[in-house]
Amino acid sequence: MIESLLKADNAELTQSTKKGAPVVLSTRLRLARNLVDVPFPERASNSQRSDVMTRCADQIAELTQMKHGAFFDIAELSDLEKQVLVERHLISRELCESKSGSGVFINKDQTCSIMINEEDHLRIQFLKTGFSLRSIWKQIDRFDSSLENDLDLAFSSEFGYLTACPTNLGTGLRASVMLHLPGLVISEHMDKVIRAVNQLGITVRGLFGEGSDATGHVFQISNQQTLGESEGEIMARLGSVFKTIIDHEINARFKYIEENRARLLDQIGRAFGTLQNAHVINSNEAMNLLSLMRLAVDLEMLPEVNRSDVDRLFIECQPGHIQYAAGVGIEPDARDLCRADILREEFSRLPALDFDKVNKLG
Amino acid sequence: MRFSFAVLAGADIIIIMAENLNCSYCNKPATVHLTQIVNNKIIKVDLCESCAQSKGVTDSEGYSLTDLLSKTNLGPEKGEPQITCPDCGLSTADFRRTGRLGCAACYQSFVPLLKPVLEDMHAGIIHKGKIPDVALSRQTSMAKLQSLESALLRAISEEAYEDAAKFRDEIQAYKEDAVSEAVQS
Ligand SMILES: [Zn+2]
Ligand SMILES: [Zn+2]
Repeated sequence: MIESLLKADNAELTQSTKKGAPVVLSTRLRLARNLVDVPFPERASNSQRSDVMTRCADQIAELTQMKHGAFFDIAELSDLEKQVLVERHLISRELCESKSGSGVFINKDQTCSIMINEEDHLRIQFLKTGFSLRSIWKQIDRFDSSLENDLDLAFSSEFGYLTACPTNLGTGLRASVMLHLPGLVISEHMDKVIRAVNQLGITVRGLFGEGSDATGHVFQISNQQTLGESEGEIMARLGSVFKTIIDHEINARFKYIEENRARLLDQIGRAFGTLQNAHVINSNEAMNLLSLMRLAVDLEMLPEVNRSDVDRLFIECQPGHIQYAAGVGIEPDARDLCRADILREEFSRLPALDFDKVNKLG
Repeated sequence: MRFSFAVLAGADIIIIMAENLNCSYCNKPATVHLTQIVNNKIIKVDLCESCAQSKGVTDSEGYSLTDLLSKTNLGPEKGEPQITCPDCGLSTADFRRTGRLGCAACYQSFVPLLKPVLEDMHAGIIHKGKIPDVALSRQTSMAKLQSLESALLRAISEEAYEDAAKFRDEIQAYKEDAVSEAVQS
């Protein structure tokens, strides 16, 4: 069912032609909304859930932003298809496990997805590569307002938009920025940053992988609080934390290059060699090697045009994507072989690393 | 006692491994100890291995201690009000167990329990963001119109024709206002 999404030639996160940036991968905004006259999804009956789905789907399908978009009934997707959508950040794990009457709209370039009957009746998400809180806010605000023209939303003047979980109450806004922070991780400053940022009401979490390792050095920073501040204030705070983290990351990189130049070049060189030659690579290793390749682009050791290849591979090397690309039913071990095949193929096309670029630095 | 420190990936917390506390949920020996600073207050929870797993603490996908605290029952506070939402039937126990509300009306019923939770969780407890003007004015005018129409029906059934005429005129005027506003905007 999701074939056309994967074959799309203009998907924001995997096919973006826009110029990427060092450190920042993408920006995402999410709004939680509920209809006023039906219990929240968890407490709604099956018929109420399907009523919400029909009402919302009718409205959403009419919006211009959804032209040429796709709608998926979660009950009709296979586990693998759901996993692929999760890996592309288009649906949440929670939606995958929802009862009947849940679905998702995804627009043509996969910058917008609207989940129906997740924790709330509506979860509207817009994302873009790079850092762009303001412009995404304009889009999502307009989208939200056009829904409001036809749907009566649960809202109180005291508490704002009413949500199933009080953690989303008020604006219902979760703003997040995905960051690539190898400098802070390698120099072991990440825990300090996490603690400092926490006190400012901002959450930091690893984006990929499971367990206790922030695979690929990719982190997501997002606001914890949704009530008591306006959307503008929330985004301004996130934006200033974002700038501070970037400064720290850049400083950490320069310091590391100054003190451990040979070691860094060795790590990047070996990673490149592994990606060009390995025959078995698990998902964690792939993420960590790709992280070094993104760093190589930042340091101009690889051409800027290859940044989007690296960013695309971050997503396409996830287990669900590998499994899906291989066709039905391969064993987890075989996945590691397929992943290595893909990476060898991709990296055989890249030019050799330009080590002189870093030797000229500092 | 032995301590080791680690940052849990995927989370905004520091885990300290210690060996002399019991799990906040099941009283087995706790191996995972979480500390998070929310609004300058330190929140602490101790968990055993299996509760840490089942509460999703080791899941990198999404986790925050405030979520954990709000979604689980750390024992109801003594003497807290027993509330049941008239619209959806959610009870105090349900709310404590899931940390979630059942419907829009719950936000009126559960105010006494919610206020302290919201104060800990958020930057303030009054909404300062976007207001859905269009939907709100539509809702108020619908409610106004409905109450006028039921007043009209009541007056007719009580044969209070003077009142009925008054309500009919008000309804007429209200509808005309709504139309002219719509034309202007
Ligand atoms: Zn336990
Ligand atoms: Zn309720």
